[in-house]
Amino acid sequence: MAARDAIISPGALAVAEQRLTAYRHFWRSSLVSSVLEPALFLAAMGLTLGVLVDRGTGLPDGVAYLSFLAPGLLAAAAMQLGSFESTYPVLGAIKWQKTYEAVLATPAGVRDLLVGHLLYVAFRVGTSAALFLGVLVLFGAADSLLVLLALPAALLTGMAFAAPVTAFSATLENDPGFAALQRFGILPMFLFSGTFFPVAQLPAFFEAVAYATPLWHGVSLARGLALGTIEAGPALLHVGYLLLWSVVGAALAVRTFTRRLVT
Amino acid sequence: MQQDGALIRARGLVKRFGGFTAVDGIDVDVAPGEAFGFLGPNGAGKSSTMRMIGAVSPPTSGELRVLGLDPSADGPAIRARLGVVPQTDNLDVEITVEENLLVYGRYFGLPRPLLRERARELLEFVQLSDRAGDRVEPLSGGMKRRLTIARALVNEPDVVLLDEPTTGLDPQARHVLWERLYRLKQRGVTLVLTTHYMDEAEQLCDRLVVMDKGRIAAEGSPAELIRRYATREVLELRFPVLEGQPGPERYVPDLDPVVRQGAVERVEVLPDRLLLYTPDGDAALSAVTGSGLHPLSSLVRRSSLEDVFLRLTGRTLVD
Ligand SMILES: Nc1ncnc2c1ncn2[C@@H]1O[C@H](COP(=O)(O)OP(=O)(O)O)[C@@H](O)[C@H]1O
Ligand SMILES: [Mg+2]
Repeated sequence: MAARDAIISPGALAVAEQRLTAYRHFWRSSLVSSVLEPALFLAAMGLTLGVLVDRGTGLPDGVAYLSFLAPGLLAAAAMQLGSFESTYPVLGAIKWQKTYEAVLATPAGVRDLLVGHLLYVAFRVGTSAALFLGVLVLFGAADSLLVLLALPAALLTGMAFAAPVTAFSATLENDPGFAALQRFGILPMFLFSGTFFPVAQLPAFFEAVAYATPLWHGVSLARGLALGTIEAGPALLHVGYLLLWSVVGAALAVRTFTRRLVT
Repeated sequence: MQQDGALIRARGLVKRFGGFTAVDGIDVDVAPGEAFGFLGPNGAGKSSTMRMIGAVSPPTSGELRVLGLDPSADGPAIRARLGVVPQTDNLDVEITVEENLLVYGRYFGLPRPLLRERARELLEFVQLSDRAGDRVEPLSGGMKRRLTIARALVNEPDVVLLDEPTTGLDPQARHVLWERLYRLKQRGVTLVLTTHYMDEAEQLCDRLVVMDKGRIAAEGSPAELIRRYATREVLELRFPVLEGQPGPERYVPDLDPVVRQGAVERVEVLPDRLLLYTPDGDAALSAVTGSGLHPLSSLVRRSSLEDVFLRLTGRTLVD
């Protein structure tokens, strides 16, 4: 009874195990694509645009553009993977393959489904971020090993998106909702929440909006840790804000899962 | 396991979806070791009932005990001892046949070495050993169904719930499945199944209820039900169809004398033919032709559960 009531229960572990079993069949292609994309951005913007930036007025505190960009991309990639893994796979498991129905016929419950899913997403985000960091270090794009501290920040960013997106996916009947999420949520955040430039460059109103996005907090935390410039107060604020999105998202997901699956 | 011996017991069980009543106050008792069926057309409420018994769908009202436990309080404990074959297969198509069993067993807390052994046995039982390492996606419908059944057995359940086990399969695949289910029954596993095929119900069920519009219309063994609600034989008569003329019902008055003689007990009208319920089909046919009626064709057969259903509901099972 006690084990079953724990958040990371045997049922939740079994859910994660099922997903990992599937992942073993496609991990190569998946790892390549989840690292290749941020690496391409890093090369394209960091090495080309970065040179112009560094030769021009430059960034505040004289930070090299590549060092500025790398942790930002790490957090943004975590956002994208955490969100994506919580869209089609979740709706598919609810509606198309109905694998959640199969799980609910066992002693496992709705909460196990959710926790197991989030554990799996955490694994995916964590391993992708680690590999991306490995690439950074190997290619000499990291001027300090402090950049490794950005890993937990990226993980937290991934979860701050995975949990609420999971809750959202369980309310959908079909996939057009995902295109809207991408177009009006993920993509604007990717472009305007501080990944590529300091949000202080934005007009005042949009700057304020950027501060409210979880991605800005993830990027700022990852970057501050990587550059060794962060102070305790802002760091705690970022962590708290990302945790809030994760926890509230998970609580909402329990509700949307229950409404959808327990009928 | 329980004083009165019933593995499943429902009294006045109701399931509503919003304002719609899918299951409308049914009473059910399933004894250990029996094969029990819900026979009814689409929309009768069979799946809704199965999901309540499977402790995944909370009853709206009424009393339900499964394995002596209350599904709303002891869902996980009940589900630990059930095997479930849902109406549509919900296998994990991203993993292999064998992995589907290994992974599923983990939800029951079973250790991996035990599961490997059990997966081997179960794949043998459902004749899928040679597909163990293949992905699920390309399997035929019958193979997927068999794999779903194997998966339902991974926890060695006391009761297996099968929701329309052979719907959508070709005749040969159905017979393979029936034979496997028959073996399960012989091993003493309690089977609860739904179907809208009367031949399936007759093949597999020791006892069944006829379900229609959320209610139970009758209960008994297939033979009892046929005895109670139909005659021994049925004479089917087809007549020439004339454009613009009424259907076979226009011959019903002509049959009055035959019914009065007692050669035929009851006449049912279908769109394309008449069914004459009679203890002796050949005698009834002589009486019919003797009274001057000349059907296009005639057929004498034994009564089936289809006739029981027609009698109870005025409709055919599969339309
Ligand atoms: N989740 C649901 N929400 C609303 N209506 C439902 C739901 N599940 C079943 N129904 C309705 O309840 C009735 C009985 O359905 P079901 O139990 O699936 O019948 P059967 O399995 O006998 O075909 C149908 O009219 C169906 O549309
Ligand atoms: Mg059904």
